[in-house]
Amino acid sequence: MLYREAGDYKTSYEADSQTFPIAFDRYRYWFVLAVAFLVLPFLVNDYVVNALLLPFLIYSIAAIGLNILTGYTGQVSLGTGGFMAVGAYACYKLMTAFPDVNILIHVLLAGGITAIVGTLFGLPSLRIKGFYLAVATLAAQFFLVWLFNKVAWFYNYSASGQISAPERFVFGVAVTGPNTPAWASYLVCLVFVTFCALIARNLTRGALGRQWMAIRDMDIAAEIIGVNPLKAKLTAFAVSSFFVGISGALFFAVYLGAVEVGEAFGINKSFLVLFMIIIGGLGSIFGAFAGAAFLVTLPVFLKLIGVDLLGWPTDLVAHLQLVVVGLLIMFFLVKEPHGLAQLWRVAKEKLRLWPFPH
Amino acid sequence: MKMKTLTTLALTSALVAGSAAADLVIPDLSYRTGPYAAGGTPFSDGYQDYFNLLNARDGGIGGETVRVVECETGYNTERGVECYESTKGEGALIYQPLSTGITYQLIPKTTADEIPLHTMGYGRTSAAAGEVFPWVFNYPANYWDAASVMVNYLLEQNDGSLEGKNIALLFHNSAYGKEPIRTLEELAEEHGFTFTQIAVDHPGQEQKSQWLQIRRERPDYVLMWGWGVMNQVAIQEAANVGFPMENFIGNWWAGAEHDVTPAGAASDGYLSLNMNRIDTSLPVFGQIDSMVHEAGNAAGDGSNIGSVLYTRGMYAAMLAAEAIAKAQEIHGVADVTPAMVRDGMEALEITNARMEELGMAQIGPEFSVSCENHGGSGLGIVQQWNAADAEWVALTDYISPQDALIDGLIAEDSTAFAAENNITPGCL
Amino acid sequence: MPADFYYGIEVVLNGLMAGVMYALVALGFVLIFKASGIFNFAQGVMALFAALTLVGIMEGQVPFAHLINATFGTEIHHFGWHVPALLAILLTVGVMVIFAWAVQRFLFRHLVGQEPIILFMATIGLAYFLEGVGDLMWGSNIKTLALGLPQGGARWIEDATAGLGGDDFYGFFIDKLDLVATLVAIVLVAGLIAFSQYTKHGRAMRAVADDHQAALSVGISLNFIWILVWSLAGFVALVAGVMWGAKSGVQFSLSLIALKALPVLMLGGFTSIPGAIVGGLIIGVGEKLFEFLVGPMVGGATENWFAYVLALLFLVFRPQGLFGEKIIERV
Repeated sequence: MLYREAGDYKTSYEADSQTFPIAFDRYRYWFVLAVAFLVLPFLVNDYVVNALLLPFLIYSIAAIGLNILTGYTGQVSLGTGGFMAVGAYACYKLMTAFPDVNILIHVLLAGGITAIVGTLFGLPSLRIKGFYLAVATLAAQFFLVWLFNKVAWFYNYSASGQISAPERFVFGVAVTGPNTPAWASYLVCLVFVTFCALIARNLTRGALGRQWMAIRDMDIAAEIIGVNPLKAKLTAFAVSSFFVGISGALFFAVYLGAVEVGEAFGINKSFLVLFMIIIGGLGSIFGAFAGAAFLVTLPVFLKLIGVDLLGWPTDLVAHLQLVVVGLLIMFFLVKEPHGLAQLWRVAKEKLRLWPFPH
Repeated sequence: MKMKTLTTLALTSALVAGSAAADLVIPDLSYRTGPYAAGGTPFSDGYQDYFNLLNARDGGIGGETVRVVECETGYNTERGVECYESTKGEGALIYQPLSTGITYQLIPKTTADEIPLHTMGYGRTSAAAGEVFPWVFNYPANYWDAASVMVNYLLEQNDGSLEGKNIALLFHNSAYGKEPIRTLEELAEEHGFTFTQIAVDHPGQEQKSQWLQIRRERPDYVLMWGWGVMNQVAIQEAANVGFPMENFIGNWWAGAEHDVTPAGAASDGYLSLNMNRIDTSLPVFGQIDSMVHEAGNAAGDGSNIGSVLYTRGMYAAMLAAEAIAKAQEIHGVADVTPAMVRDGMEALEITNARMEELGMAQIGPEFSVSCENHGGSGLGIVQQWNAADAEWVALTDYISPQDALIDGLIAEDSTAFAAENNITPGCL
Repeated sequence: MPADFYYGIEVVLNGLMAGVMYALVALGFVLIFKASGIFNFAQGVMALFAALTLVGIMEGQVPFAHLINATFGTEIHHFGWHVPALLAILLTVGVMVIFAWAVQRFLFRHLVGQEPIILFMATIGLAYFLEGVGDLMWGSNIKTLALGLPQGGARWIEDATAGLGGDDFYGFFIDKLDLVATLVAIVLVAGLIAFSQYTKHGRAMRAVADDHQAALSVGISLNFIWILVWSLAGFVALVAGVMWGAKSGVQFSLSLIALKALPVLMLGGFTSIPGAIVGGLIIGVGEKLFEFLVGPMVGGATENWFAYVLALLFLVFRPQGLFGEKIIERV
């Protein structure tokens, strides 16, 4: 009913290998994009943007980045917070050193710098595997945070060690700083999300993505069929860090505006992004979005229900929130260990046949 | 699909958040969970209970009832932003986030939204320069005052000279902990003492290295800028290495009951600063007990009444209420706006007579705020923990900081901030 | 001999003691990982929960008091009795056993045969859940552990060694609590080894660790063994929680001690109990010495990251940790 694919015939290889082979999916994709770009900017207010949309979009970028490394290449990383900090500080240094260059270029450059740093910290992955690697990437996490806290050059010798984003404009509209209109910061992040998701999607289904997945499924076998593990693992680290760096830069410049490295990019951030991709579904771009949406909106949603609708004391709600989030995570894993993306896939399969499953 | 669900969700929340009423709305960004809950809970209890008392006793402020909107931040910056955005739409009059991270977040945001921000003894020190930070207030005292008050206290103890002494600063390795370093460096130069910095990384559960270093180097005094678990461990470790407690001074966020009780009797004699006096016999506590707690309107379970942080939260609420009353007086309307409250804060004057009238005589120093000075008088007292009776005893009267030095540092930092952010200093 | 040399030794001694404290946390991880391949992220929160429960029972707190009061408008906080420490410890162990059973029954039974990362994620959910329940049950204020554990520097060691390094040396500082922790750790490890070597269930436990299928086929109940292992891990968590909680009071931050255990695990190997101990000692000494020798030059507070860097250096040469099972890969 909802899902019509009868009559959806392919006559060329291009048509068969496109991102959304089913016409309905394609329409839906364009529809979501159109709503996101053309409708939402007129509807949003400060609360929706700052409390829900910006964190959702920015964490989505980070989750896409980590998903490339963990979901597609199988290298578990807990250094995400540290790499986001690299992006944020690179962006800050660039913004203050070259105030005349467009902020969007700074964000991309910050991603590039993070890619270099990420590749460096990815070197041990050639020897260390599995959970050992995960813990090893924590070395990057703790070292980077310590470094940014310690070396005053990174925060331009300010008295407190905090960095705050100066006001920058795109097409004459402020996108960083306190006077940014909600829709502008939303659109900037949306542009980057779309850009990152497109790149990620196309990389993962190309030659590089297939190499990554070969490494993930069994690295020795991959080596035998001619995949160079050095190249595959390091490119995965580079691409992943590039995305994570962009998200860190946006997190600092557009979303928070001022950060302190230990608080904003601490170990909790690394765990949070990892939770997102596992809940969302490893090895799926949609999973990255779903996981980010789940972990960003669920606490806010529970808070709204508990405090605003039911009028419970805030501390009880905060505690119950932990209980509920924990229970939901366990429930989802028991019901569907492969994450929300898998649930979505199953739902789609069902919808294709509905209402006549036989 | 998910976009749509998200939008629906967002719209519902906007509807819920947008239900404004015509009271005086005071948001309370509290944290009763997470690593700093032990400090956040009593402060928030005191903050809310005082407003509830005003409602019960005086029918609010100037005839307008006060509505406290509590929002749990868990000391997390992102949740702080969410709380700010969800409460500002309700007509929030004044913010008191009790977190350095959230404060730095809110300084530009509240300035753009024109809502006053009161960071009482925390946050950004140079915000005392009212001409650069017109919407931010950090009276009655700030961290640089605290460092200077500590040194002045030590000067007093050493007959006016710290020449050749060795003073160590044990600090939380974060923006908060690093605040006093500049001031102490300047003071070290001026008074000729050696200044050692000892950093403790978050969360600060393991401080063996730091305390072995203190034991080796035997500084004459150790000052501490700590918060959360770091305080309890530091006091325990100080007792372990046999560092004399009366030479160990915490700042005002490292001097509450829960900081010293885990170490038991070993913590006896520990010193800390305070910006307000601790006196459980103040009449206001009796009123809170009878009019708020017995009526079932209390924020907490009542176990915190009169404790250090409860008193400070109540003191913060009193300052906010007085500023609102001042604003009502200036503008002649009861239903004030945030901008009016800012004017009230800038014209705030706290006198002994007024504090006595409010049932909290001598709770804080007398001070007045002006457009140039948002920082108050900077006075602080030194208090000592008596483990046997489980109470804090004030050792000194209010001690003044070295104003000339602090003012110079504030001017320097705020000018730099103004230049970086294209702000032309001036009164509103 | 210059005083600095002796201070170096003092740092090493204290590093060893700190290492024991880390190893206490790491032990719990190893037990569970070895028997079931689950990397238990909730171990730190379990330590917090166990310590909270212990204090709560000792003080006679009413569990969920805040929730009950908020829902029914009552004012109950305490039962009004105090439970003696030993009984309270037994009761807490009982609670941890029930917890182990529940985890097995409601969570991991449904996740048999899943990939390690899924199991890891499940323990994250568990950590969230337990953190919330702990707060709800016992409140989030700081609690003092009144077990009467000795605290403070051991004076006799200090006095006996004070003359060694000239006037600038004040004798070795050793914390009495650390000595107790060392004793406890020795007893605990000896007990665990004796249990796993000489008892029926211990042998069954090792069989399960070796090969699930084979263990099943000789009639060992996987279910029972897993409950047993989680109970043991709960007990170890209680010990770790008590030792760390004696220093800082029992509070939320106790759950963060897990982060101190990760480099230890990585260095010692996820599957080796002696590895946890040796790893703990190496990390403890390494980070303390680095802070002592290099720390002052780079501004201090290096311990957190250096522990990981040290472990990383070891891993580059032994990717499975010092004592971990050799990773054999077959295609």
